[in-house]
Amino acid sequence: MLENYFPVLLFILVGLAVGVLPMVMGWVLAPSRPDSEKLSPYECGFEAFEDARMKFDVRYYLVAILFILFDLEIAFLFPWAVVLEEIGTFGFVAMVLFLAILVVGFVYEWMKGALDWE
Amino acid sequence: MNLDYFAELLGPAWLPVWTLAKIVAIVAPLLLGVAYLTYAERRIIGYMQVRLGCNRVGPWGLLQPIADGLKLMFKEIIIPSGASKGLYLLAPVLAMAPALAAWAVIPFTDTLVLADVDAGLLLVMAITSMGVYGVVLAGWASNSKYAFLGSMRSAAQIVSYEIAMGFALVGVLMSAQSLNLSDIVQAQSGGIHQWYWLPLFPLFLVYLIAGVAELNRAPFDVAEGESEIVAGFHVDYSGMAFAMFFLAEYANMILVATLTSTMFLGGWLSPIPGLPDGFFWLALKVSFILFLFLWFRATFPRYRYDQIMRLGWKVFIPVTLVWLLVVAAMLQTPWAYLFH
Repeated sequence: MLENYFPVLLFILVGLAVGVLPMVMGWVLAPSRPDSEKLSPYECGFEAFEDARMKFDVRYYLVAILFILFDLEIAFLFPWAVVLEEIGTFGFVAMVLFLAILVVGFVYEWMKGALDWE
Repeated sequence: MNLDYFAELLGPAWLPVWTLAKIVAIVAPLLLGVAYLTYAERRIIGYMQVRLGCNRVGPWGLLQPIADGLKLMFKEIIIPSGASKGLYLLAPVLAMAPALAAWAVIPFTDTLVLADVDAGLLLVMAITSMGVYGVVLAGWASNSKYAFLGSMRSAAQIVSYEIAMGFALVGVLMSAQSLNLSDIVQAQSGGIHQWYWLPLFPLFLVYLIAGVAELNRAPFDVAEGESEIVAGFHVDYSGMAFAMFFLAEYANMILVATLTSTMFLGGWLSPIPGLPDGFFWLALKVSFILFLFLWFRATFPRYRYDQIMRLGWKVFIPVTLVWLLVVAAMLQTPWAYLFH
């Protein structure tokens, strides 16, 4: 059972290697002549000022939290969807109730304007 | 066969070596496909805009991707002075690895699949959602305002559309009753009208469009909108480090096209019952969807960011939720056969 997943593990390692090797090759083959102008962060037409790690819009944070809620929802729905035929109407009604509660929350955040970007 | 001889020779080391050989047999053509997808994009969009595209390097410009690769190889990898060095170099790797690793469970034909695991779809979801880490880390580690804003936009967009994609896949699971990708394809056998694009048409559309948004491709490419934030999260990257982001984007395009073909267009199955199934059909479907991606880029103007978020949260999520309930309710009735 678990040995079926061995190729997946190996594939992840190969994926990492495909990411690392060209960068190492680039590191070895390419020139490296840094100067302070070249190493300054990209800016459009003037000297870079302030730190880039500034305050950012709280809505990004909100989106991240809402994403976790809904993604968890999907994680619940996956096994339910696979066995829906077997659990029949009872399983269907149970999930409808569950989704109804979710929709109440969804409507609430919609009305509160959490999904608005102007 | 000769393989048995090698198996005996290597003993317990045989399995990893043989698996590695199979992985290389998937990755090498894939990377070649990625290289020539960039070529195809430039040629096709070129023709759509009544120009020639790259036609100078080699016959018909066919050596262009190789020339590009060599050029990037010999370009300096600049690490900005304010950057977090470790994370800055880790980000491209984290973008590249998931784009390849998800291929472990993709079935190419009914027998040709590297890892025929039961939780295949779950694994694909888990691996592909790792890709956003590369974007966030790149934007954060660069310590540049453009990169930072680009990565915030990009990350928020990717996670928003992932929800719609996930809901769309739940519909596929209800019809196929399996998480195994080979089983999902087999469940669609019987001709083009049995493929899930037809009974799950709204979900198919949502999946396809959300796929384009996941890829940060036009018309959803605000993260790298040239006219506002230059290139977004990878603005400070150069040389091979930049090439990794570039390759990862195109590898992800092929991956999303393949997943769409597998879930909704019957994978390796032939459209007409009489014709033989095979890898050819999968390649054809994937090429078609990739062509759509290129076509979208040549056709649609870029969305505004608020429009993108509105489409993801206020259109796609309600549409998929309602259609899921419709499908689930239909499965309780005598018309359930429509979805199997």
